[in-house]
Amino acid sequence: MSNVASKQSLGTIGVSPQANNDFRKQVSTFSKYAFLIVLTILWLVPMIAAVITSLRTMADINANGFWSIPAEISFGNFERAWNQANVSAYLGNSFLITIPSLFFMLLLSSLSSFALARYKFRWNLPLYFMFVAGTMLPFQILLLPVFRLANSLGLYDTHWALIIIHTAFQMGFCTFVLRNFMKGVPSEIFEAAKVDGASEFRQYWQMMLPLSLPSMAALATLEFTWVFNDYLWALVLIRSDSLKPVTAGLSTLQGQFVSDWTLITAGAILATLPTIFVFVFLQRYFIQGLTLGSNK
Amino acid sequence: MATLAQYDSKEKDKKRPINWTPYLFLAIPLLIYFVWIIAPTFYTFYLSFTNWDGIETPEVYGIDIDSRSLFYNYERLLRPNEDFQLFSQEEPELFKFDRDFEEAISNNIRWLLIFITVPTTAGLGLAMVFNSEMRGGRWFKISFYAPLVLSFPVIGLIWAWVYNPNPNLGLINSLLSSAGVPDKSLPGWLSEPELAIYSIIFAAVWRQVGYVMILYLAGLKNIDPTLVDAAQVDGANRWQLFRSVILPLLAPVTTIIIVISIIDSLRSFDLVQVMTRGNNGTEVLANYMYIEAFNNYKMGFGASIAVFLFAISLVFIGFYLYRTYKEEIEY
Repeated sequence: MSNVASKQSLGTIGVSPQANNDFRKQVSTFSKYAFLIVLTILWLVPMIAAVITSLRTMADINANGFWSIPAEISFGNFERAWNQANVSAYLGNSFLITIPSLFFMLLLSSLSSFALARYKFRWNLPLYFMFVAGTMLPFQILLLPVFRLANSLGLYDTHWALIIIHTAFQMGFCTFVLRNFMKGVPSEIFEAAKVDGASEFRQYWQMMLPLSLPSMAALATLEFTWVFNDYLWALVLIRSDSLKPVTAGLSTLQGQFVSDWTLITAGAILATLPTIFVFVFLQRYFIQGLTLGSNK
Repeated sequence: MATLAQYDSKEKDKKRPINWTPYLFLAIPLLIYFVWIIAPTFYTFYLSFTNWDGIETPEVYGIDIDSRSLFYNYERLLRPNEDFQLFSQEEPELFKFDRDFEEAISNNIRWLLIFITVPTTAGLGLAMVFNSEMRGGRWFKISFYAPLVLSFPVIGLIWAWVYNPNPNLGLINSLLSSAGVPDKSLPGWLSEPELAIYSIIFAAVWRQVGYVMILYLAGLKNIDPTLVDAAQVDGANRWQLFRSVILPLLAPVTTIIIVISIIDSLRSFDLVQVMTRGNNGTEVLANYMYIEAFNNYKMGFGASIAVFLFAISLVFIGFYLYRTYKEEIEY
């Protein structure tokens, strides 16, 4: 992972940085920008459309069509979605599921990564490959047994069922990423600590863990959006409407307010706010996290 | 931790057979992983040989139920229409299956083929454009990867609204309508069996392009600039530079992107579930399994679909593991 940062950025593949006075070059730059701007706007149209829809009334859209100038702009849909359509409660549930999942998956995978990165033992590589393979399993192969297990342990229809399955499943990816980061930490510093009498656990807790914090931050940012955006497990393990996270809540909302698209889009936007917040403020970590897995 | 410290002090003893320290660190994570991930994977195989309905104790075909063969669920899955054709005139219901396995497979193949070509090419193109320093480059990049933070239900809802067939409401159809297309010939998008699956795949591609772009941008950053300089000194034009230097150097990233795309296309569930629930010819394996198991309570049958899906994934998981293994050996 560290090599991503250390290697120089290759600034100018393709375009030469020399100032160009040539008129033709200016035209080509202009047309390139024009093309990119049009493409980008087209790309964003679905999101822009959702925002515009959420600010209008259905009566207005029905009467004048989608592409008409809005008769009035109001935040009423957001208020209705927040209160009547329960989005506030759904969002609360999403946090109650996501935060503990993040905590447990990072804690447990830091333990397993430490073992896999620091020690030579017979089962090291097989276990590592087991974690790597697990990240790519189709969820369907797990649904029924996990459903059955959750039922028999009395965890079905509780947040704990989701917390446990997210922790367990994402442990594969987290272990994969953290183990590869920890492999890069020079073992000499641990040998030195050992000579000074630091126990193995202290080497993990007081040395490796603080060193891994940047990697863990990137992982946490990425995992936050993954767990927060999970839909399938919520469908399978939660039945009560009052316990649903916002992804499953949205489809309930869609069923209840079938053609009230102004309310549905308002709910969808509210549901997205936490991940947008993470994206805007922790963007660097988010991008880092995405490339962590593939750059090994 | 006192025991650990004691162990350390004895470390000079070379005859010590096993160092238990890594196993102590691994104990709890492994326990959870085995109980919730590894064991369930195998348990699904067992369930696929049963008639489990989610409530009663599962009975194994061929053992508890003598009249059927052990592979009854798989027989239903792989040749569902054999008897149906014989009796279809008289008793169309008798062998009519709720969803079409064939339809699911063909849609998964379409999804896969589109996923390994379109987002890969588009993402690479965008990465090449945005890799150079340019004014506003950051904002362009953000626009393209913004869809990545949206959840699938949100993407599904947004696009269902875009695809709304009403000539007054739907974004596309109201544009077409005002461009003079008569209402009768407006496309129905998600309600039109020929078009629905491609409409869903397009929404998925919309999300995937930004992801591929990020991976390629990271890959481009890792390219040694001296190689590019050398090629430029040798007089390579931009196309030659891309074709003969950059593309080969990006090959490892491309491999990973293709594996990710295949795995993602086999996992496709959320968008189908939110946008059509598998109706209008949009069934995919993951949704077929979910519907059979959790809506129709044919959990044993659902398990056999899951095993089938798993078997396909295993080919690519195996390839990826082999690749990782080779890299591990090189260290």
